Amino acid sequence: MSQKVESWGSRVGLILAMAGNAVGLGNFLRFPVQAVQNGGGAFIIPYLVCFLVMGIPLLFIEWSSGRFGGKFGNHSTPYILDTMAKGRVWKYIGVFGIFTNIAVVSYYCYIESWTMSYVYHSLIGTFQGMSQGDVANFFSDYTTIGKSTTGIPYEAIVFYVICLAINTYILSKGLGGIEKVAKIGMPLLILFGVILAVRGLTLGTSGASEAFPAGNAWDGLNFLWTPQFDSLTNPKVWMAAAGQIFFTLSVGMGTIHCYAAYLKSKDDVALNAVSAGFMNEFVEVVLGSLVVIPIAAGYLGLDWVLENAGFGMAFQTMPYLFQQWGTTLAAIAGLLWFGLLFFAGITSSLAMGTPWVGFMRDEFDWNQTKSAWSFGLLALIMGLPTVFFYNMGVFDEYDYWAGTVSLVVFALLETIVFSWIFGIDKGWREINEGADIKIPNIYKFIIKYITPTLLLIVFLGAIFTPLNNDWAGNLSSLFSGNGWTLDNSSIINQLAFSGIEEKIAATTDTVEKERLLDQKFYISMARFMLLGLFLFISAIVYVAFNKRRREGRNTL
Amino acid sequence: MTTPAILTMIIAQGTIISLAVYFFYRVLTTPPKEEPDSFSENDDEPR
Repeated sequence: MSQKVESWGSRVGLILAMAGNAVGLGNFLRFPVQAVQNGGGAFIIPYLVCFLVMGIPLLFIEWSSGRFGGKFGNHSTPYILDTMAKGRVWKYIGVFGIFTNIAVVSYYCYIESWTMSYVYHSLIGTFQGMSQGDVANFFSDYTTIGKSTTGIPYEAIVFYVICLAINTYILSKGLGGIEKVAKIGMPLLILFGVILAVRGLTLGTSGASEAFPAGNAWDGLNFLWTPQFDSLTNPKVWMAAAGQIFFTLSVGMGTIHCYAAYLKSKDDVALNAVSAGFMNEFVEVVLGSLVVIPIAAGYLGLDWVLENAGFGMAFQTMPYLFQQWGTTLAAIAGLLWFGLLFFAGITSSLAMGTPWVGFMRDEFDWNQTKSAWSFGLLALIMGLPTVFFYNMGVFDEYDYWAGTVSLVVFALLETIVFSWIFGIDKGWREINEGADIKIPNIYKFIIKYITPTLLLIVFLGAIFTPLNNDWAGNLSSLFSGNGWTLDNSSIINQLAFSGIEEKIAATTDTVEKERLLDQKFYISMARFMLLGLFLFISAIVYVAFNKRRREGRNTL
Repeated sequence: MTTPAILTMIIAQGTIISLAVYFFYRVLTTPPKEEPDSFSENDDEPR
């Protein structure tokens, strides 16, 4: 290989980049909503248990696998897994570690571009004087191609392309560029988060108004943190906690392997992994719980929050709430909030570019610039349908298959490879090599048995999700001989288009029926795009494999 | 806020903050490994 081997500038830079990879929009938007919907304060118990027995072990597995593969000059999951086990199949399992990133970044950059656009709109005072409904409609207008909120034609596309270009440019600067962004972005994100969290903690009842007399931030915090211990016996709560831990740490993506592949054997992975992991937990549990829910409850009341809690609050509600602070403070708060989300987003999206770049450099001797811009082009091709057909469900389809199912599948398979094929004894030695902390021996047992079992349960739970996510009710129904009713969010029903088919069958309105049939077409198109991407990357891995054989390069 | 909510919040957030600070402190105070290590900023000469 003629490529110059890259390296991290400093250990702190690496940890901030890893933490930045994990910290994403979900820390501020998904965690508090999950807590509210799953037992309030009691949710933290299964959440932390899952962090200890699933999150930390997966971090150990991915950091040490990455460093192990890096010894052989491999910086992406196909050939990292290939070095860990004999047989040709493993490199194709590693395809998930590139596929997921390109598919996810293609729509993730769209959200990131909203944050850029909303910073701009906050600063120029677009939301001034708007009612809550106007702010919500603004979002709908923004995501409707053809409508413009700034006068810039196709502005959603323009912001998306700019955002993707920024990501690609930084990627073309290599690990140094990523590390610089992490060193600036992470401290700023924490600073912005702390300022908004202090506001959430001190808002109290001062946000109540004539329209929303029940506004009370304490109610939001009470609901979020009052432990409802009876929820601990509900499997739904445990599934939600496992799912949240899984997604918040960015495990099962292949990015952690890629970052760790630039470490030498004698350098620690154990302390680095827990440090980056707990930094993510700080942003999620401490800052994430003190911004959206208390501020929204402070102005709109707890009942409104319980009815509307969800991802959309970030863009459809927060700008309205900031307007209550006066023109100048609203602009500053908009800058802090959307700036925070932007930094959370870009530190993750940059990480998603590195597996492809690492692969093309390793296998085809492409330079950093060519690899980065080819990544940008692939992301653009995959991403434009999510922008054009956002309202037709393409975005959600990508998020479901690439951003959810694919992660669980890859994490399960890589854990089995690490614990059972590479072997837990070798794996344990890898984790402990150069370690700056003593890892309790119980983790050897957890990694071998508990983590794969939990992942299998999460995977089976996704395949067979029961109706209304009511695990207790469906288990009881199953054992009493009345069968198991699948929810439309289960993988089986998703594959069968059950949700949309039910809607089509239920509607008598021909226009609505036509719209639903169109939507089904676009969803099918999204699936073909994703399948095509997976096959395309598999083909490139196959070409690389043949190239290696011709060149006599090692492939076990 | 009610007492159980305050207690849960303080215990959960206190634990997370303490562990996050502790591990990051360990990172900052652990001496670097002998050269050549993985990090370029502490190299004697640029690579």
